[in-house]
Amino acid sequence: MSEQPPSPASPPRPTPHPVPFRGGGFNPRPLGIVGPLVFVGLIGLWELGSQTGVIGALFLPAPSEAFAALNELFQSGFLWKHLSASLQRLAMGWSLGSLAGVLVGLSIGLFSLARAGLVPVVSALFPIPKIALLPLFIIWFGIGEGSKVATLFFGSFFPTVIATYGGVDAVDRGLIRMGQSFNLSWLSIVRKIVLPGALPAILSGCRISASIAIILLVAAEMIGAEFGVGAYILLAGNLMAMDQLIAGVVLLSSMGLIVAFLIGKAERRLLRWRR
Amino acid sequence: MNLQMQNIGHSYEDLQVLDGIDLHIDEGQIVCIVGPSGCGKSTLLRLIGGLEVADSGTVLMDGEPPESCLNPLTYVFQDFALLPWRTVEKNISLVLEDHPLSPAARATIIDDVLRRTHLSEFKDVFPRQLSGGMKQRVAIARALAVKPAVMLMDEPLSALDSQTRELLMEDLVDLWGRERFTAVYVTHNLSEAVRLGHRIVVLSRRPGRICEVVDIDTPLDQRDTANPELAQKVKILWQLLHDEARAADRELANV
Ligand SMILES: Nc1ncnc2c1ncn2[C@@H]1O[C@H](COP(=O)(O)OP(=O)(O)O)[C@@H](O)[C@H]1O
Ligand SMILES: [Mg+2]
Repeated sequence: MSEQPPSPASPPRPTPHPVPFRGGGFNPRPLGIVGPLVFVGLIGLWELGSQTGVIGALFLPAPSEAFAALNELFQSGFLWKHLSASLQRLAMGWSLGSLAGVLVGLSIGLFSLARAGLVPVVSALFPIPKIALLPLFIIWFGIGEGSKVATLFFGSFFPTVIATYGGVDAVDRGLIRMGQSFNLSWLSIVRKIVLPGALPAILSGCRISASIAIILLVAAEMIGAEFGVGAYILLAGNLMAMDQLIAGVVLLSSMGLIVAFLIGKAERRLLRWRR
Repeated sequence: MNLQMQNIGHSYEDLQVLDGIDLHIDEGQIVCIVGPSGCGKSTLLRLIGGLEVADSGTVLMDGEPPESCLNPLTYVFQDFALLPWRTVEKNISLVLEDHPLSPAARATIIDDVLRRTHLSEFKDVFPRQLSGGMKQRVAIARALAVKPAVMLMDEPLSALDSQTRELLMEDLVDLWGRERFTAVYVTHNLSEAVRLGHRIVVLSRRPGRICEVVDIDTPLDQRDTANPELAQKVKILWQLLHDEARAADRELANV
């Protein structure tokens, strides 16, 4: 008490109060229904705008018209034709491209010779928009399916190569050393330590290569195809049939969402150990 | 099986790390290696286990490892080195899968080492669900599974908090009491060395040379912390290490 500095008119001591909380925010929480609500709200506004004439019918067709076009496509039986043509190309080009990409990426990650020889080539070819090579692919693989699948193949090959060898490089060297210290065979180390360690990177590479493949798919189908979602959209555009064009875009969007969903599911299954 | 190190020297580029190490590891003994950080303890252990080759000198295996031994020189690492994508059971199974064992024999070994390390109930758990101490127990179980002739332990308790460390030391003392395993145990912690080592080798700062070998005759199970003789040993060791550690601490990293 005696040590307190003498103050002329010592102010009254404030009553004790709780420490204020300041740790809030910066912590996004999942709000399940907000996403669908915004989606439905946007489409509702759009429909309302079209019905009241705020959005001109030539400028942008109403969602209901686009839906009608989609339904018509379904009724005519052409929906399946377009979709199956597109999905076949996507499945072939993307899966072969990713598989080859994983193999080449692994060998770059594991062998110095492959790394020294292939990394410069990959770096030089990766940034080329593969659609620019389509005319070349048409000469090499024919105007039919070959050139389209080749475009998708190369489009998904390079990102997968890069993701895979990045993933292999990032595998904990301590784990590999552990494998060696227990005399595991080279093949066991690759199969049981390197591959699972690189798997998260490989899967996120697949995510990227799948969206690149969808973009290339549409572009390739716009250049020369009878069937396919890209061909359907191109034809709709040429005929100024905006409702069909929007219907085609909806198909593309659903394709993208489904692929993303499937990869997400694979990730959750294969990477269960991460949580 | 004994190990003999003869005149081991090693450098990384022009950084000399070890110099003239002569050391015998006798069967059934725990030899602790202490020294200031950066003096080459981990390097020495890698040389002993054949993960790297010494620039000069040799490590000799003297005598045959027992018949049942699957991996004579087996490491326990400071960071546990468990595969996060495998459960406890599968992590141990990993080191048995390359050996010609029937699935039943493999399962027997796994159950046995899990029981000996009191881990049986954690068989199906992933490493991320385990505390540091439990992870290191799994790593020790994995090492036991290949029936090593010599265990090479690189600061196995240094990543753990002091209470867990105490518990694991008790477990190791118990284990040694039952199985008389042979180990080279690297640590920078003097009380660990004094609790577990039959012989303590003090290395100088880099380049690591042996500057003292201290034998402790007190049986492992009588070495509680209150023992004045042990406190005396810690004091002697610390006097040996003090100046080396201080000098090592003031050295510039050249990496
Ligand atoms: N692979 C390596 N390449 C180059 N220098 C290394 C390597 N491993 C260790 N060193 C160096 O060797 C010295 C001894 O390292 P280490 O054996 O890990 O010491 P300790 O385990 O006693 O702390 C350190 O200076 C370290 O930087
Ligand atoms: Mg070390």
